[in-house]
Amino acid sequence: MTQSLKFIVFFLTPLIATLTTPSQATSAEYITLASTTSTRDTGLLSSILPIFTKGSGIRVRVVAVGTGQAIKIAKNGDADVLLVHDKKSEHSFVADGYGVKRYDVMHNDFVVVGPVKDPAAIAGMKDVVKAFGKIAHNKSIFLSRGDDSGTNKKEYSLWHAGGIDTTKASGDWYRETGSGMGATLNMASAMNGYSLADRGTWLAFKNRKKLKILLEGDTRLLNPYGVILVNPKRHPHVKAAAGKKLIDWLISKEGQSAISAFKISGEQLFKGSLKQKLTLTR
Amino acid sequence: MNVFFDAISLLISADNDLLMIVGLSLWVSLVAVLVATLIGMPLGAATALYKFPGRKILVVILNALMGLPPVVVGLLVYMLLSRSGPFGVLGLLFSPTAMIIAQTILVIPIIAALSRQIIDDLWVEYAEQLISLGASPTRRMMTLLWDGRFSLLTAVLAGFGRATAEVGAVMIVGGNIDHATRVMTTSITLEVSRGNLALALGLGIVLITLSLSINAAAFLVKEAAENRQV
Amino acid sequence: MIAQPILLLSLNSICFKASGKQLIKELSYQFKVGPRSIIIGPNGAGKSLLLKLCHRLLEPSQGHIQWHVEAENKSNTAFHQAMVFQRPVMLRRTVSANVEYALSLRGINKAQRRARTEEVLGLTGLSHLARFSARVLSFGEQQKLALARAWALRPRVLFLDEPTASLDPTATYEIEKVINAIHDSGTQIIMTTHDLPQAQRLADEVLFIHRGRLLESGPATTFFAGPTNQFAQAFLKGDLLMWDRPETKMLGD
Repeated sequence: MTQSLKFIVFFLTPLIATLTTPSQATSAEYITLASTTSTRDTGLLSSILPIFTKGSGIRVRVVAVGTGQAIKIAKNGDADVLLVHDKKSEHSFVADGYGVKRYDVMHNDFVVVGPVKDPAAIAGMKDVVKAFGKIAHNKSIFLSRGDDSGTNKKEYSLWHAGGIDTTKASGDWYRETGSGMGATLNMASAMNGYSLADRGTWLAFKNRKKLKILLEGDTRLLNPYGVILVNPKRHPHVKAAAGKKLIDWLISKEGQSAISAFKISGEQLFKGSLKQKLTLTR
Repeated sequence: MNVFFDAISLLISADNDLLMIVGLSLWVSLVAVLVATLIGMPLGAATALYKFPGRKILVVILNALMGLPPVVVGLLVYMLLSRSGPFGVLGLLFSPTAMIIAQTILVIPIIAALSRQIIDDLWVEYAEQLISLGASPTRRMMTLLWDGRFSLLTAVLAGFGRATAEVGAVMIVGGNIDHATRVMTTSITLEVSRGNLALALGLGIVLITLSLSINAAAFLVKEAAENRQV
Repeated sequence: MIAQPILLLSLNSICFKASGKQLIKELSYQFKVGPRSIIIGPNGAGKSLLLKLCHRLLEPSQGHIQWHVEAENKSNTAFHQAMVFQRPVMLRRTVSANVEYALSLRGINKAQRRARTEEVLGLTGLSHLARFSARVLSFGEQQKLALARAWALRPRVLFLDEPTASLDPTATYEIEKVINAIHDSGTQIIMTTHDLPQAQRLADEVLFIHRGRLLESGPATTFFAGPTNQFAQAFLKGDLLMWDRPETKMLGD
C-alpha cells in the first residue's frame, strides 16, 4: 500500500500542484491582432483596446512581434487583423490577396536619439538626411535595428536618400542589432550611440541614461500606421465579422479620440488619421 | 539594491497580473514535465534494457537532443500548428496548449537520456539477481524505475528547470499575449525591451525563488522517504 | 543412504568462451540428488562461471546442460532454483518487502507472501529488522537477508557463489548456520568457496576446478584426506596456483 502511495507522490506531484493554479477563462469571444513590438511598447494597445472590449464584448489578443513576423503571421492566417507601420508591405499584402483593405489608422513620428555629448553635432538640425550624413562622416556609433521592421526600413531609406552605403561600415560604427526597438535602445544607451526610434517607444523607454532626442520634425520622419483585415477568402476560419468590428471602431470617432487621448508623461503620442491631413505630432 | 526592493514589493503586492503570470508559468511547465516524464522515462528505461537495432544511435540522438535550442523547437512547433501548417485546423497556436506542446518536446530528451543512464547503471548492479529471481523484462523495468526513484526525480527536476527557464519556444508559439499566454520568462523579456531593467530583474528573482521552492519541496519529500524506516 | 542415486543435473562437455579465451573446457559432471556439493579452486578457475552456467544466467558455447527434476511448470526449470551472490543485491525497500518481492515474482498471493516472509525472517533471525530499509543493514545481515529471500521461494536447488567471501568470522558462522538449516529443510546446496576450512565443514562432495577444467571430484572425506590430482594437492597445501606460471600449465592448454 505504501509502495503505490509513494509512487503517486513521486510521479504525480506535478498534477497535484497544477490543480492549485488559476485557470484561464477564455469563454468570451476573441480575435487575434498581429502587431509590432513598437506599437505594443508604447502602451497604446493596452490603453485603448479595453475600451473596445467593453463596448463590443470582443477581447483582443495581441501578438506583438517584429513587422516582418507580424505580416508573416497574418499571411499564414494565424491572426485576424494586422496593424503595422510599413506602407509598402501593407499595400503588397492587400494586392497579393492576403488582406481585404488597408485603412489609415494613426500616425506618429520618428526621432533621432543620441548621446547628450553629440559628437556628430546634429542637435537642432532640421534635415534628417543631412544629419545622417554627418553621423556617417564622423563615424559615430549608430545602432540600427537591422530586422526589416517598419522602423528599420525607414532608417534605410534615409541613408539611401543621402547616398550613404552602410553595409561596408556594418560592425564598425554602424551596428545592426537584429532586435526590437527596446533592445536596440538598450544598446544605444549602453554604447552612447545614435539611433532612429519611433517616438512612442522612446517616450515609454525607461533606460535612457545619457540619451536624448537630438533631431525631430523632418517631414520624412512621419510614421503612418495601417490596419488590415486578414482575407477570409484566403483563410476561411478568420473571424471576419469580429475583426471588422475592431477596424470599424479604430477608424470611428470613438476609436480615434481614444488614440488621440493616449498620453505618456502628459505628451500625446499618436494622431488619428481621421483628421485626413497627415501632420506631425509636434 | 533597488532590484530587491522591487522584487519584494512585487511579491507583497501579489497583484492579479503577476499571480496570473506565475500561475500560467507553473501550469505550462508542470504539465509539460508530467507528459514528458510519462513519455520519456519509459523510453529511456526501455532503451537501457532492451536490445534492438539502432539502439546505440538512439542513445546518441537522445543525448544530443538534450541540447535542442528552445527557439528552434518553438519555430518548428509554430510551423506545425500554424493555420498554414499541417495541424492548423486544431487552432492551437498562441494558446497555453501550444506552449505545453513545445516545452514537452524540449523536455522529453532530457528525461529520456538521463533516465536511460540511470537505469543502465542500475541494471549493471541488479542484472544477475533480477534474472535469477525470474523477473520478466517488464517487471525488471518497473523494479528499476522504482529503485532508482531518487535519481530519476533529479532527472525530472532537470527537465523542469529547463522548461521554466526557456523563453524561445514559448515566445514564438505563445505570442506573449497579455492575460493569455504571458509567462515569467516572456514577461522578463518584455520588461527588458521596455528598459524596465529593475522590474525585469525583480521578476527574475521571483522566478528563481519559485524554482528554489519547488526543488526544496522535492528535496524534503525525498529526505522524508529516505528517513522513514531508520 | 540412498540405494540408487537419483540424477539432479547433468553437465555434458560444456565449454564457455568469452573475450577470445576458453574459460570452461570440456567440463562434464553428474550432480545427484541429496549431497551438498562444494566447488573449490583457485581464483579465476571458473567456479563462479560454472555456477552461473548451471543456473542458466549464461549459456555454454558448447555442450549440454540437462535438469532431471520435475517442476510444476515444466517449461520453466528456472523456477525451482535460486541463487545468492557474493555481494547481496538489495532493493531499495524494507527487509520484508525484499522477500515479498521475490515471492510476488512467483505469483504467490498476498496473504501467503506475508506468511512465508514472516516465517523465513524468523528462521534467519531477522524479524526485528523487518521494517527497516534493507540498505541500512550490515553486510552480514544483508547476506542473511539474501539467503532468507532465496529460501522463501522454497527452491529445489540453491546456488551460492562465495557467500561468505566478504564477511568476518562471526558473520560467516551465522551464514553457515542458515545454509545448514536450508539444506535440512529440503533445498539442495551447490556452492563455491575459496575458504578450505569452510568447504571441509559444509561439503558432502567436492569438485575441484582449475583453469576451467574439472580435475577431481568425490566425497569430501576422501578428498580432504588426500586428493589424487597433483594440482588439487598443491591447492590443499596452500600453494597459490597462478594462471600463467609455467609449472601450472597443463597438457593441452
